Amino acid sequence: MDIKNGIKCVVWDLDNTIWNGVLSEGDDVALNPRIKEILEQLDQRGILQSIASKNNYDDAMRKLKEFEIDRYFLYPQIHWEPKSKSVGIIQQSINIGMDTLLFIDDQPFELDEVKSVHDSINCVHVDQYTELLSHPSLTPAFITEDSKKRREMYLQDIQRKQEEESFTGTNEEFLKTLDMKFIISEAQEDCLKRAEELTVRTNQLNSTGRIYSYDELNYFRNSHDHKLFVCELTDKYGSYGKIGIALVEITETHWHIKLLIMSCRVISRGVGTVLLTHIMQQAQLANKRLLADFKNTERNKMMYVSYRFSNFKEVSKEEDGFVILENDLTQIQKFPPYINVLVQ
Amino acid sequence: MQLHEQIREFILANLVVFDDDVDFTNDDNIFELGFVNSLFAMKLVTFIESEFRLTIESDEMEISNFNTINNIVNFIQSKSVYK
Repeated sequence: MDIKNGIKCVVWDLDNTIWNGVLSEGDDVALNPRIKEILEQLDQRGILQSIASKNNYDDAMRKLKEFEIDRYFLYPQIHWEPKSKSVGIIQQSINIGMDTLLFIDDQPFELDEVKSVHDSINCVHVDQYTELLSHPSLTPAFITEDSKKRREMYLQDIQRKQEEESFTGTNEEFLKTLDMKFIISEAQEDCLKRAEELTVRTNQLNSTGRIYSYDELNYFRNSHDHKLFVCELTDKYGSYGKIGIALVEITETHWHIKLLIMSCRVISRGVGTVLLTHIMQQAQLANKRLLADFKNTERNKMMYVSYRFSNFKEVSKEEDGFVILENDLTQIQKFPPYINVLVQ
Repeated sequence: MQLHEQIREFILANLVVFDDDVDFTNDDNIFELGFVNSLFAMKLVTFIESEFRLTIESDEMEISNFNTINNIVNFIQSKSVYK
């Protein structure tokens, strides 16, 4: 099977792929062998799933419900438009890279059509579907609490978006209605896997682009010279999971932020600087100077903006774009009023 | 004056606090007034860069360039041919 990347979402065809037969031609379709098991396993691994099928939407959804597998699929695309369009909609809705999608169909024409529009997508013929579970690209190194809940978290996001779109007041009024809690704690062993996952997943802001392994993070967690903070965001719909981490080195004179990571998903909630504010407060209490490493990567410019607008100034700069920022801690912004910050 | 109005409109559209009589001058510090949050800073930077087709360099990312309407306008004019 020719799959290049770690897969985050599998897009399934229905007729002669998920089930045997063609629904719109009146066939009495039955699920293909082991399909249920595969859907459930992928779901448990935190791999999202969707549908690109040419069918009547209501008929197909009724069948999926009958088979009790409808809940597995996010943004199912069931209509008569080209599948390349369906795949494009799914990719944009979930907001992940096209190269992390895997499309499965029984018709070479459909596989080719999708591939011709989306060059980086991974395509697999249905002949090989029983091999999916053992393929390394569909086998994450760790399965965390957050990966098991990933589909649920996306579903909560869909609900949030719908409510946000129909909300008529101002942005702050909307944020107030969410009843958000931002929970900051020092990392425990059981959340290190998620912390590691955050450092390697691409859909986030990373202040230096550095990636740390589980063992390194575990070392920092136990080190007296470091603090490893993790934070979680919840609102009335549920938890966003662990959405940020910060690694701070503690010396005689300084707190030094070596790494700051924030999930992109929560930036629109106006919580991007809450963890930073907490670290600034703590450093001030400890009477230390506060430094932060930053290295410009393609994706993290917004983090630089956050640092600079939080009153950090560049104190040294190297040729490869690595800079050290310092904050004199004379002005520390307050936590946003629409969010309840809990420090554990 | 047109440029001032354009910036003011953007700020008003992206305020997190809003009541009908919200009022600030071209010299009021929008960050100190508490009108804006962390997300606003990012939106503002993106807005200026795309709307005026310019790139804000690292050493220009000073809050003092962006904290009042007048400062934002001065900054844009210093970067470009907008007068």
